[in-house]
Amino acid sequence: MSMKISTRQVDGVTILDLGGRITLGEGSVQLRDSVRDLLAKGQKKILLNLGDVNYIDSSGIGELVSAYTTVRNQGGELKLLNLTRKVHDLLQITKLYTVFDVKDDEASAIGAFAQA
Amino acid sequence: MTGQQASRITYTLDSSLDSVNKVEQTAEQLARKAGVDEDDIFRISMAVREAAVNAVLHGNAYDPEKRMTASFENTGADLVIRITDEGKGLDPATLPDPLAPENLLRGSGRGIFLIRSFMDEVHFRQLHPGTELTLIKHLGTAPTGA
Repeated sequence: MSMKISTRQVDGVTILDLGGRITLGEGSVQLRDSVRDLLAKGQKKILLNLGDVNYIDSSGIGELVSAYTTVRNQGGELKLLNLTRKVHDLLQITKLYTVFDVKDDEASAIGAFAQA
Repeated sequence: MTGQQASRITYTLDSSLDSVNKVEQTAEQLARKAGVDEDDIFRISMAVREAAVNAVLHGNAYDPEKRMTASFENTGADLVIRITDEGKGLDPATLPDPLAPENLLRGSGRGIFLIRSFMDEVHFRQLHPGTELTLIKHLGTAPTGA
């Protein structure tokens, strides 16, 4: 029922590969802590790869929004990559799809981050 | 604790995330058994999960002395799920619109909106104390929502 997170670096962008469920409790907390840790290390270009996220609830959606605003408020950028249809649909009906910068190709997503 | 009457099954559960997960899984099983399509199974189980989260988190505030009840029924025409809590009560009219531009970047407040988006009918009843949410999905209708 939990979420898996692994981290990698590509061209100065930190990619978080997320899998499983982002829900109230463990998943949301894991995501929050991961983003907080990256910001503490000065890593402010963050790409969340949601390709293996098969479920997200309103708490998880809220966590994505909070991550987005937290990173932005610290002068960074957070983008989303590889939305599943369910997550895509949820972002559409909550009108968040146009708030986030959503990509479906990793190379172009990395290229879309501002060059420091 | 479990009680059964005709095709209705009722659980009385503590105010925990385990209870939320159990209610979600039961809703998924109910919908699957009723033969609804995969998209609607997702929508129903998610709506019920959101209602259970609302009961446990916002209603009962994880109070170990307070219980959530969840009943599940297939009437043949509808799937009817009722979730009750023992909290202070919820007036849906006071909830901010999560789609309003000033609320879009809020980190919370989308649960009831998603429930309404995914179910055909949603009814609130004040229990003094507590709230009962009745979630209804009509069977044999075209999928709604996302």
